[in-house]
Formats: sequence, structure tokens, C-alpha cells
Amino acid sequence: MTASALAVRGISKRFGSLIVAADIDLALPLGARYALIGPNGAGKTTLINLMTGMLRPDAGQILLGGEDVTTLAPEQRVRRGLARTYQINSLFPRLTVLESVALAVCERRRVAQTFWRRLPAYREEIDEARQILGVLMLDVVCHRPARELAYGQQRLLEIALALASRPRVLLLDEPAAGVPRDESKELFAAIGGLSHDITVLFIEHDMELVFRFAARVIVMVGGSILVEGTPAEIASDPQVHAVYLGKRERG
Amino acid sequence: MTGATIAEPREYLQAQMRWRWGEIAFWLATLLPFVITPDYLLLASQIAIAGLFVLSLDLILGFAGIVSLGHAAYFGIGAYTAGLLSKWGWGEPLSGLLLAACAAGAFGYLTSFIISRFRHLPLIMITLGIGLLLQEAANSASWLTGGFDGLQGIHTWPIAGRFRFDLYGYAAYAYALTVLFVIFLGARLLIHSPFGLALRGIRDNSLRMRAIGAPTHAHIRTIFTIAAMFAGIAGAILAQTTETVSLEVLGFQRSADVLVMLILGGTGRLYGGLLGAIVYMVARDQFSGLNPQYWYFWIGLLLIAVVVIVPNGLLGGLSLLTRRARAAPP
Amino acid sequence: MPPIFGVLFDGVAYGTLLFLLSVGLSVTLGMMNFINLAHCSFAMLGGYVTVTLMNGLGWAFFATLPAAFIAAAAASVGLERVFFRRFYNASDLEQCLLTIGIVFVSIAAAAYIYGTDQQPVQLPAFLRGSIQFAGLNFAAYRLFLIAVAVLITVVLVATLETTRFGAQVRAAVNNQRMARGLGIDVDTLFAITFALGSGLAGLGGALAIDLVGLDPSFAFTYLIYVLIVVSVGGLGSIGGSFAAAMLLGVGDIAGKYYVPAIGSILIYLVMTVLITLRPTGIFGRR
Repeated sequence: MTASALAVRGISKRFGSLIVAADIDLALPLGARYALIGPNGAGKTTLINLMTGMLRPDAGQILLGGEDVTTLAPEQRVRRGLARTYQINSLFPRLTVLESVALAVCERRRVAQTFWRRLPAYREEIDEARQILGVLMLDVVCHRPARELAYGQQRLLEIALALASRPRVLLLDEPAAGVPRDESKELFAAIGGLSHDITVLFIEHDMELVFRFAARVIVMVGGSILVEGTPAEIASDPQVHAVYLGKRERG
Repeated sequence: MTGATIAEPREYLQAQMRWRWGEIAFWLATLLPFVITPDYLLLASQIAIAGLFVLSLDLILGFAGIVSLGHAAYFGIGAYTAGLLSKWGWGEPLSGLLLAACAAGAFGYLTSFIISRFRHLPLIMITLGIGLLLQEAANSASWLTGGFDGLQGIHTWPIAGRFRFDLYGYAAYAYALTVLFVIFLGARLLIHSPFGLALRGIRDNSLRMRAIGAPTHAHIRTIFTIAAMFAGIAGAILAQTTETVSLEVLGFQRSADVLVMLILGGTGRLYGGLLGAIVYMVARDQFSGLNPQYWYFWIGLLLIAVVVIVPNGLLGGLSLLTRRARAAPP
Repeated sequence: MPPIFGVLFDGVAYGTLLFLLSVGLSVTLGMMNFINLAHCSFAMLGGYVTVTLMNGLGWAFFATLPAAFIAAAAASVGLERVFFRRFYNASDLEQCLLTIGIVFVSIAAAAYIYGTDQQPVQLPAFLRGSIQFAGLNFAAYRLFLIAVAVLITVVLVATLETTRFGAQVRAAVNNQRMARGLGIDVDTLFAITFALGSGLAGLGGALAIDLVGLDPSFAFTYLIYVLIVVSVGGLGSIGGSFAAAMLLGVGDIAGKYYVPAIGSILIYLVMTVLITLRPTGIFGRR
């Protein structure tokens, strides 16, 4: 039996009397495309923070490719193939698009600590960064600072940064959040174009995205998982309707 | 949009890192004091020392975002190391520099383990605490440091056996300027390296750095150690060229002065710090007859003015003006 | 009775003074994260107001205390409106430098107006001298200081715990965004809290004259102590500030008495270690 790409067992977390994660069990098979939905405050982003190590769970285990990573620091989990994007853009405002992705590539290839050779000498890293940007249609703006990009392009840069670390598991936190309809085409193409070697879990309110890309949907409410199933099953589940008002909203 | 050709990344980056005419002009201009104002060579060597010290602060503050209120600690360790070495009989300057760099670097490395873990108020307090701690310790250990009176009996041997430090300051300025330039070259290479990029990443968004797998703490420890070494070298040059070391090399005053110089010129540009050092030291020399309290009145006003009006310092303001001038309609 | 009780008494008195000086900064830092290094300039202002009113205009000591409070509060309102409020979202460095600039200016202004000597102050007769108890001398002024501090602490805690204003302050310190979301006018709340905190500092400065003296370097010397209290005690915590102020007060006096050569070193060392171990302070959150 092959290990899941990412699994959490019995994850619990509380802040004082506020329970944000209640004994959560989840397993993502290799190459899966899962969506995580739920009303605001259900604990979806918290779960991602727990998975990536930005938050320490009170109880439970996190297994990446079968390896227990519960006590590892975030950087160490990234090295083992777990990457994420942020719901609110978390970029390097003053670095150019190319510099940002090149930085991520250099960190992955462990050359970022060399201070005695200039960056242009690192051909392979720069070429790889250029290639990632090309796939995401960001190469036209590669020399502009990140803070000058249009919002939709910034969301794409978010994904580019995560892809630069060659993840085996990618956690996308509301990738389409705030992106105007006319800029979301590239975004959808980017998500659709993700290699099937990568296991993807994405949080979304945009049901169009969920229906297009997710093979399976997990519904979270109040810190625990309510139900799991195919998009069609979830869409017709009366429990989900009752709990989650946004069946026709775009989030 | 599709008609535009994108500059090839490597060529574009290389072009960004080329030496500009302004830089060459700047370094040529540093030779002027030898010819034009030979009476001010001692001041010029003080400026070079301050410039090296500011450079070291720029590396941690302007590039990595570490706000330190106690950077003089490393300057002072370098100064006392070189001073003590000379006092105890070994006055050869270059080896003194090396030893000072090692001592300051070692202390920088040790303290970097604490400093790399914090930001905001705890970081400010810890850097302040380390500086104050060292100052008090140096005060108490007057058997070693000479206490309030400072170190006596420093005598610096001629450089390479030939160039004596004279009263006119030729050798002093040549020495300080050469060391500054060599270290500047190293710093310039560093900021154009992948490591320099990583530092700017930490400054811009250290959380995202961790999310791309960057060992941010290790990076900060590295740059902090390097910066401490450079600060120590600056302190050593001061000790060697003035043949005095007193407690103020470790003091909060010195930590505050170097911050002012850096902010004045502009952080994160290397040349900003150098410019700030020049302006500050020249101004201080011009107003040296003034009561020290009144000096700090004007410095206080200057700080407020810089923060409110030109937060990116003189160089930042200058580059903003030139950008606007270029973009202005004909 | 062994001298330790005398040392403790002096330490507690000093600690209550440090508490008065620090509590305002702790609350405002906790609420807005605005690093105001000029906090002790307000304290110094209060002290000089008292000196001017007493020595220059012949006011009674007690009458000058509310004046010191009000003067410091008013000055802080002015500075907040003109400068500080534009820097709430600025970087740490900018906040530090702006407020350090203000400290420099205030020190120079004080030196220019009053000179650099210690300011003399004539306390009312009943506050001079000491009370004999169990073989020890308890300085009357220190008893007075402790009494004032206890009174103010009680008023502060009562305000925070029982009034609506206090509840709003606690909410804003705890979670600013959520407080705004609940409709609390955090900006006005902060302006009021800032004024009150600075006013308390001014009062502390006035009360400090007889205990530790007043000269232009006050704004900087006591800034260090206040920062230690606030960092070690925890931002936004009155109880934390009180505990840290007591620790520092007793520690400093005891250090100067028992190990004068390394007294200051111990203080800075302990502070650095404590902040390293508990960066949010003894009673701090997160």
C-alpha cells in the first residue's frame, strides 16, 4: 500500500477556548486534485498553516509521503516537497519577478548562501526561473518589481514561487481570490497545467474552479470535516447546502 | 504588448551590476583630499573609517532588515583588540586588522544566534542590551581597557615596514581608504550574489522566505558575522591611526551616530551610507566649536526631517528626483 | 534589622516610580505597536514643569503634580496629531529614528532653557524626613511615592476592568482589527490612551525629582529603564509592567548596594536573557 502524498491524523488545535481544528483526519493520494471548501472561519487556512508548520498542533501527526514531519520547521518541510501559496499575496515587493523566482530556485538548489559569485553566473538557476515564468505567462513582466504587477499577475507569481521549490504537494489558498474575471483565464490555465506528479489541495470559494479542477471535495465547518465526496455529490448534499450558503457565489 | 522584446535575463542582470560612471567618479574623487585639501587628511581618514562602519551597518540593516541599536559593540571590540595587541608589543597594522576582524567576527557570530531569532521590539532591545552590556563590562574591566582614561601606549608600526603614520595623515588616509575600498569591493560582490538576493528577500518578507525553504536564521547569522568583522576592522583602523582607544568606541552615542549617517544617506544602496558618512562627519567638523548639546538639537531635527520628508535618505531622494525628471514631459 | 529590608524598601519605592513611568508606554505599544522612544521626554517635561512652577512661580508641590500630568498629556496630543499618527504603519526603523530625533531635540531644549545641573526642589515639610519603625528609617517621601503609585494602580485596574472605556482598551490591545470590526473607534481610543499614558509619565517625572534627580539626560537615561520594564513585563500588560518594574527597581538598588562594580552589567545581562527566553515578556501575549 503506497503512502499518501500528504496525510494528517488526529490534528487538533485550540486558541484558548476557540477550537480551530478538532481531530482532523485527511489523506491526499498521489496526484490528487482535492478542493477544501467551507464557510469563513471554518479553519481552512488554519489547517494549511498546521500542515506547513507555521502553527504547531496541540495533538496529532502530519505525514508527508509517509514521513512524519510534525516536528519539522516550515523550511524543512519545503525541502521535503511541501509548498503553499497565500490567500493574501505574500510576495517580495521590491524584488523583480525574475529575481523572486530565481531566489526560490537558488534556495532550492542550495546556492543561496554563496556570496562570492554574482547572480548572472548561475545560468541554470536563471534559465529554470525563466522557464517557470514562461509557463505562467509572466515572462513579459519579468524585470518589473513585484509590487508593480496587476493583481492577477501577482496571484500567478504566488504560484510561480511555490512551483520553484519543485513541490510534490502543493497547497493553494484561494488562488482566485480577488482576481477580476478578465484576468482569471491565465490563472485557470496555470492550475490546469499543473503536472500530475504534483498533488494539489486548494481552498476555494469559487465553485467554477472547484468543479473544473477538483476530483474530490472536502467540506470543513467549525474546525472539523463535515463530509467528503465528488463535486456532484457535495453539490447535492442537503447538509452542505444548509451549512454553506455560497452555492452560487463566487467567493 | 507582444511586440516588446524582453531583455535576456542574464544580460539584463549583468547590465544592472555594471560599474556606473558615477561610481568611478566617486572613487576617483576620494583621491582628491591628497591633492586639494591636504590639511584635512586626518578628517578624511576619520570619514573613511566612519564610511566602513556605516557600510557594515547597511549590510545588516539596509539589506537584511535587522534594526540594531548596538552595532558599536563590534566596532569597539575591533578597536580594543587592535589597541591591546599594539599595547602589548605587536604593532604591525595588517595583522592587527586581521585579529580585530576575527575577534569582532567571533562575537558577532555568537550574538547572531540570539539576534537571528527576533524582530521588532525584542530585537531592538536585545541589540541595545548587548551594546550597553559590553560598554559597562569595558568600564568595569578598567585593568584591561584603561576604563575612562582609555588605552595608553599604543604605537602602530609602519605599514609593510615602509609607510609611517605621520602627523599629516597621508599614510593614515591612504591606509583607511585602501581598506575601505577593498572591503567595499567585497560588499558590492556580496550584494550582487545569490546571497545578496536572499538578504533582500528576508528584508522584504521573511515569512515568505521560509515558505520557499530558505534557512533564514542561517542567512542572518552569516551576514551578521560578516558585518561584525567589517565593523571590527573599522574600529581597528581607528585605534591604529589615532593611537587611542576610549570607552566611547562601544558607546550608544556611536551606535546612534552610525544610524543617523546611514539614514541620512539612504539604506540599502551601499553608496548611501558612504554619502551619509561624508555629510555627517564634514558637518560635525564644521560645527565642532558648537556646544555638544546644540549639535544634538540639530541632529534631532535632521533625523525628524529625514524620516518625514525623505525616508529613503539623500540618495533615495536623489534617485526619485532623477526618475521624475526623466519621466517629465519635454 | 539587617540592611536588606532597607534595600527592599528603597527598591520598591524606585520600582513604583519606574512603574508610573512605564505603564503608559506598555499600553500604547501593546495597542498600536508604535515604538515611541520619546516617552521619557514627556516624563522629563513633567519634571521641568514642576520645577518651573515651584521655583519660578512659587506653587505648592502638590499643586504642580496635576499640572505636570496635564502638560505632558497636552504635549503628547500635539505630537501625536502632527507626527505620530502618520507613522503607525511605518517601519520599526522609521518610528525609532523619528522618536529618537524628538528625544535629542528635547534634551537639547532642556539644556538650553534650564542648563545641565540637577534641579533642586523643596518638598513640603511633612514629606521630608523619615518615619521610624522596627529600628529602620522609612523615608517619608518614599512612602508617599509608594502610596501614590498604589492609588494610581488601583484606579487604572478599576478603570480597565469595570468601565466601558477600559473594556474597549483591553479589546484594542488584544486584537486591533477585531476591535475595529466591532465598531470601536480605535484611533480616538489610542489618542486618549496615549495622552493618559504620557500624562502619567509626566507625573512620574515630577515625582522623580526628589528620588533620582532631574537634568536634561533624564529623557535618555530613564528611557533605557522604561524599555526594560516594558519588554520584560510584556506589551499591554499592567500587571506585567508592575512586576517588571518591581524586579528592576529592587534589582537595581540591590545591585548598586551589594555588587556596585557589576550592578549595571547584571541588569543588562538579565534583561537580555529574559527577552531571549520570553520575547513577549513575562506576562505578554502570543
